Amino acid sequence: MSKPKSQKEYEKTGAFHFFRWLSGSKDPYVGEVEMQPQKEEDVPESTILERMSERQMIRDKVYDTEHNKELVIFHKIYVASAVFFCVALVGLLLYTVSYLPRTGNPSNPDNNEVSQRYIESGLQETGAMNIVSGMILTYRAFDTFGETNVLFIATCCVMILLMVDDSILKKQEEQNDRRFEPKNDAILQGTAFVLCPIIFIFGIYVILNGHLSPGGGFSGGAILGAGLILYVSAFGFKKTQRFFNEQVYRVAKITALCMYGIIGTYFYITGANGIENHIPLGIPGHILSSGIILPINICVGLEVACTMYAFYALFRRGGL
Amino acid sequence: MDLVQNFPAVSILICLFAGIISSGLKGKAARYVNIALILAVMILNTCTLGYVLHTEEAFVYVMGKFPAPWGNEIRAGVLECFMAVFFCMIMLLSLLGGKKKLADEVEEGKTFLYYVLMNLLLSSLLALVYTNDLFTAYVFVEINTIAACGLIMIRQNGRTIEAAARYMIMSLLGSGMLLMGICMLYDLTGHLLMSNIKEQVAILSVSGQYRIPLLVTIALMSVGLAIKSALFPFHAWLPDAYGYSTVSSAAILSSLVSKGYIFLLIKIIYRVIGFDIFEASKIIDVLFVFGLMGMIFGSLSAIKENDVRRMIAYSSVAQIGYIYMGIGMGTQAGMAASVFHILSHAATKSLLFIAAIGLTDVSGGSRKFIDLTGAAYRNKWAGVTFTVGSLSMVGVPLFSGFISKLLFAQAAVQNNGKMLPALIVLGISTILNAIYFMKTVIRIYTPVEENKYECVTFSSMKLYAATLVCFIGLNIILGVNSQPIVDLIQQGLSMFS
Repeated sequence: MSKPKSQKEYEKTGAFHFFRWLSGSKDPYVGEVEMQPQKEEDVPESTILERMSERQMIRDKVYDTEHNKELVIFHKIYVASAVFFCVALVGLLLYTVSYLPRTGNPSNPDNNEVSQRYIESGLQETGAMNIVSGMILTYRAFDTFGETNVLFIATCCVMILLMVDDSILKKQEEQNDRRFEPKNDAILQGTAFVLCPIIFIFGIYVILNGHLSPGGGFSGGAILGAGLILYVSAFGFKKTQRFFNEQVYRVAKITALCMYGIIGTYFYITGANGIENHIPLGIPGHILSSGIILPINICVGLEVACTMYAFYALFRRGGL
Repeated sequence: MDLVQNFPAVSILICLFAGIISSGLKGKAARYVNIALILAVMILNTCTLGYVLHTEEAFVYVMGKFPAPWGNEIRAGVLECFMAVFFCMIMLLSLLGGKKKLADEVEEGKTFLYYVLMNLLLSSLLALVYTNDLFTAYVFVEINTIAACGLIMIRQNGRTIEAAARYMIMSLLGSGMLLMGICMLYDLTGHLLMSNIKEQVAILSVSGQYRIPLLVTIALMSVGLAIKSALFPFHAWLPDAYGYSTVSSAAILSSLVSKGYIFLLIKIIYRVIGFDIFEASKIIDVLFVFGLMGMIFGSLSAIKENDVRRMIAYSSVAQIGYIYMGIGMGTQAGMAASVFHILSHAATKSLLFIAAIGLTDVSGGSRKFIDLTGAAYRNKWAGVTFTVGSLSMVGVPLFSGFISKLLFAQAAVQNNGKMLPALIVLGISTILNAIYFMKTVIRIYTPVEENKYECVTFSSMKLYAATLVCFIGLNIILGVNSQPIVDLIQQGLSMFS
């Protein structure tokens, strides 16, 4: 039998806090979390009227729909023909699909020597347990390099659209960033504190095991990026910038892509010229195996994580 | 394997590397990297061209150690190498000519992004030209599309953002159709390499199996690429995209990006579907009719236009119509004329855009015709160049446009069924071209009483004037010395099959 605790000792235990929270006498988050209601953006009546009058003006002055009845008719015909063409295209495609070879039929044209070699000798030739990784990163490595560059150029275009100057960024920081959300949300921060390390470790695991199990650079990088996004929404940009600012982003992105490019170039050129390349394939199933797949997966993972985070940061405040 | 055979692959890869490295540089350094890159690529591809002309056969280069149906491949023949060199030349001249305008119109902090896009655009153009693999072509079509969007919207005002959005929607529709076509073709043949698909398609067409899906596939791929290269009914995105973007972008979009897609279509016709099977399908007649319509309606829209940049843009619709008319004739001669017109239009249209910017700059930045009166006296170099471009577009001997019209007419005469419509429309379109181009030339050479705007002198625009001289020289070389180039094109086309 345990000794009954004194009131003072009891107040220190978790059970006391828990029952207090359960009975509703004390909420631990009151005072800790900023609990302001979201501010509604108040739109003055006049701007709404202005906007409506602009719309009316375009209709009346620019298109002059009162006098140009043919514009109204044209618009109707336009919509009708757009619908007609879409339906016709859908019908045509459905009609075509019914003539395509049946899925899963062994005599289909796509069950030929190409897929046969991928499946039968993929393991010896690429050293990857995961045939898909072996296919996209060894047999068709050039396509995948192009695909990684698609991500890179997409970030460049988003930067053109959304990136703002540093000086403006600093000025707008207060009013721009999370106008409608509470700062330092304890619930979110607590969750992120537990989840972020797990997400990062899982992402790294998926990248490093890309040649052994389902996964690889693209999926693992997306997980890493999601972890970064969770971290930045919980703790804000200032804390994130201590380890991931624009400089780090730039260095990581350029190194990852250049490494991929160098490994790829070495592989293409030695392969095409019939020179033996000195990348060991290792023993299939081991973590350090499968030649160029593992380093490429790491590079792709870094690039994808950077891209995901950059998209989020650019859309949220126009800078990293 | 000779060292030269590595050059096409190396040139694609160094373009990608330059794009990646430029993203960490400042604007000016990125510009030097870009110029060095274009020159390097030009030299590499000229070497390859010499090699291919010497050996007289195309070679296949395996990207990696896995051969034909398993790995990626690129292929270099005479036409591919020549196109690559020509594209580099036009890109370099367009960038030099629009350099000053670029500095004015693009935010300083974002200039490096322009060159990143440009490097990647060059890599995608080279890949589209050289690829021997349909899926590689699709991947680089994506890069090309996104880069083109960026080029339009880097000059940030409302019109360019709208134009970029419109371009993106239309262009993605085209990409989607191309992708669906590639998927169906894979389903029917089980291959992605062009030469393997061609063998399988030949077998299918003999046995008559899967006749309908094959026809739909050809249609999807042709229409998809036609949308992306602004064939007549799909040209709605074009005037804004070319009319409001910064001038180098407009020149490059009109003369290179759309031409890359047309070249890919020609490659698909010869190396994937097979010329005879493509000709036997009725799709070719559709392309022919749309080409003819484009020649007339593009010119009519250009006549109505009161804005000189948009007028030049609409004239592109007409010229793309010419190219598709040549493809639609379904003869070897028609195809050769189309390829020559790709070169001629690329050289002339970029020249017109670059010259027009010189004229509008001395008219207070206004692009209305009324303000352009007498602009050729204020900027003499741009005036002369614009006149040369207009004469070439109309088809006056000595300039490149004349040769392409001559080739089209010769090709039409050899074709029985399509001779009459092709010749009639060619005639009408030439007259319409003359109306709007000569109208502009007369306008810029009309003297004005009092000069509101100041004249510019040679010393203030040395680089610009040098670019204009290069453009005129290129145009006259294409026009006067056309026979070797036509022979080269025919040799290249015969190498395709």
